[in-house]
Amino acid sequence: MNLRFSEVFSGLPINALEQVSSGASTDMVDRILDKGRIRNLEEFAIMLSPAASGRLEDLSRLSQQVTRQHFGRVVRLFAPLYLSNECVNICKYCGFSRNNPIPRITLPVEKVGNETLLLAKQGFRSLLLVAGEHPRFVSEGYVQECIRQCLKHMPSILVEIAPMEIDGYRPIVEAGSEGVVVYQETYDRDTYREMHPHGPKKNFDWRLDSVERGYEAGFRRLGIGALFGLHDWRHEALALAAHAQHLSQRCCNAQLSISFPRMRPAAGEFEPKIRHLLGDRDLVQLVSALRIFLPHAAFVLSTRETPQFRDGIFPLGITNMSAGSSTEPGAYSDYEASTWKPRRTQPGEQFHIADERSPAEIAQVLRRDGYEPVWKDFDATLVTAEKTA
Amino acid sequence: MNSTLQTEPLQIADRTFHSRLFVGTGKFPSNQHMKSALAASGTELVTVALKRVNLDKPNDPFADILEFLEPESYLIVPNTAGAMNAEEAIRIARLGAAAGLPKWLKLEIHPDPNYLLPDPVETLEAAKTLVNEGFTVLPYINADPVLAQRLQDVGCATVMPLGAPIGSNRGLETRSQIEIIIEQARVPVIVDAGIGAPSQAAEAMEMGADAVLVNTAIAVAGNPDKMACAFAAAVEAGWTARHIGLGGIHEKANATSPLTAFLD
Repeated sequence: MNLRFSEVFSGLPINALEQVSSGASTDMVDRILDKGRIRNLEEFAIMLSPAASGRLEDLSRLSQQVTRQHFGRVVRLFAPLYLSNECVNICKYCGFSRNNPIPRITLPVEKVGNETLLLAKQGFRSLLLVAGEHPRFVSEGYVQECIRQCLKHMPSILVEIAPMEIDGYRPIVEAGSEGVVVYQETYDRDTYREMHPHGPKKNFDWRLDSVERGYEAGFRRLGIGALFGLHDWRHEALALAAHAQHLSQRCCNAQLSISFPRMRPAAGEFEPKIRHLLGDRDLVQLVSALRIFLPHAAFVLSTRETPQFRDGIFPLGITNMSAGSSTEPGAYSDYEASTWKPRRTQPGEQFHIADERSPAEIAQVLRRDGYEPVWKDFDATLVTAEKTA
Repeated sequence: MNSTLQTEPLQIADRTFHSRLFVGTGKFPSNQHMKSALAASGTELVTVALKRVNLDKPNDPFADILEFLEPESYLIVPNTAGAMNAEEAIRIARLGAAAGLPKWLKLEIHPDPNYLLPDPVETLEAAKTLVNEGFTVLPYINADPVLAQRLQDVGCATVMPLGAPIGSNRGLETRSQIEIIIEQARVPVIVDAGIGAPSQAAEAMEMGADAVLVNTAIAVAGNPDKMACAFAAAVEAGWTARHIGLGGIHEKANATSPLTAFLD
């Protein structure tokens, strides 16, 4: 059976796994810790449990050990580059949501090249191109042109853009993009419906299968995630783990990467419910348990998190970090090159970042803690038949 | 190091190696740690992933791993990690050679990013082309004796069967297959991935491997320098034991002073 995730998702026992989690005992947790491996979703649920929270130190230690064994003491650095904040969707939590009164920008391709060069000068060799969903401004041809511009300075390009059909993704792969990132935002259908009242993003199942379509189009790196704060975090974590497990079986030749974005202040009226918030201890528990469950997956941590928290959590299971990020299209052109600080406010940003340290400062922190910052870990030659530079 | 444990030099293509420990350069906590551990290991051959090198701009300060490897101390053998098929491996290998790197190549094609198991079909295809183009090809393979023969037939300089998946530290899980590869080999056999402890490196050498390649076990050790030394000693010990000749294994005790010795 070669079913897509949307075809198996409804049959997954996520609610039953939540019960397993809430009913888990410390003994059950300790037995898994003793084995040193999480072999299935049920054991993962146990390690997400309130009981396992009492074993956070042991869980983190094992997670760190597993991460070092598989990835070494290295962290790969990347930067997001926002192409456009035009969007036809209404997503209640997002700064780019259609009705928010923010200045709307779509970068001309030439400016994308300039911004990429600025990021390359900061050290980045890996880029995540991000765009809102707007067929008129962010057309397929536009994204391909941007990728070709970026490849002149940047060997690894991932895209986080509106989901497409396989045929839509294919030219983006051919342009030289290594991977595609699509966050489901929430894996709870009712919450999803409530959060996305208008626009093509309303279609839960279509979004759920996006990275699988991307894989079929030829992407070799697939990114998924949930936006924590929209629904109960354990429910989201269990569904996210199930999604990752599904992808690692069905898309076994792709490197899977998982992100754990937490709600940040953004334009709009949205206030997350307190009971849905993922606390710092919870996120450490989630990262650790997921690492033990999925030793090979890349785990991504963005500048949404504070410096103090990022410095504490990265050695426990994180493999990829962004640095010096702006979430407003075109904002890097107004950064001071030597300090990498913005010279102006950014009214067109998607959300405000919490870790404002420069890429050089982040690299310094990694080295201080005995980790090698890796800027380049991919070569465009692998995905482009002709030289682009 | 006790000088009585010196191994004999190993010849691969036109190069002679005095150490039979080869070392990979990934996963180290810093390039300085890597440089120091390589020196401690006594190795003369190191592998570097081409994807980590800026092949367009040799002096890129943000992709500077080669700056830490002295070409006079080591043969730097590029590897094709990241390539998912023959075409990609050939493309990046050519680019590495064009950038001035040695025309040696650790050929690794592993489409599966989780277990990094090598694709035999693509590896053989790429090996044919690259050997024809003058590369000295060291292919990373599963411990498949038939594939090993095919790769020797097309002119590979070594074969590099895995003991266990890369980075797994599980040792010589493929032992019986590697034994066949060694028995039939016309080129040096280098046991590559999965070696997690010096004892496993020694075991590979005792089996008759010509060399071992170690990376993760050294790079992620608490003290990479000392672990590198431990591996160097183990490789020498294993090689020496092999060449002295190990005793056979017997079901029952075998008296050191046989009862019938008076008859001799």
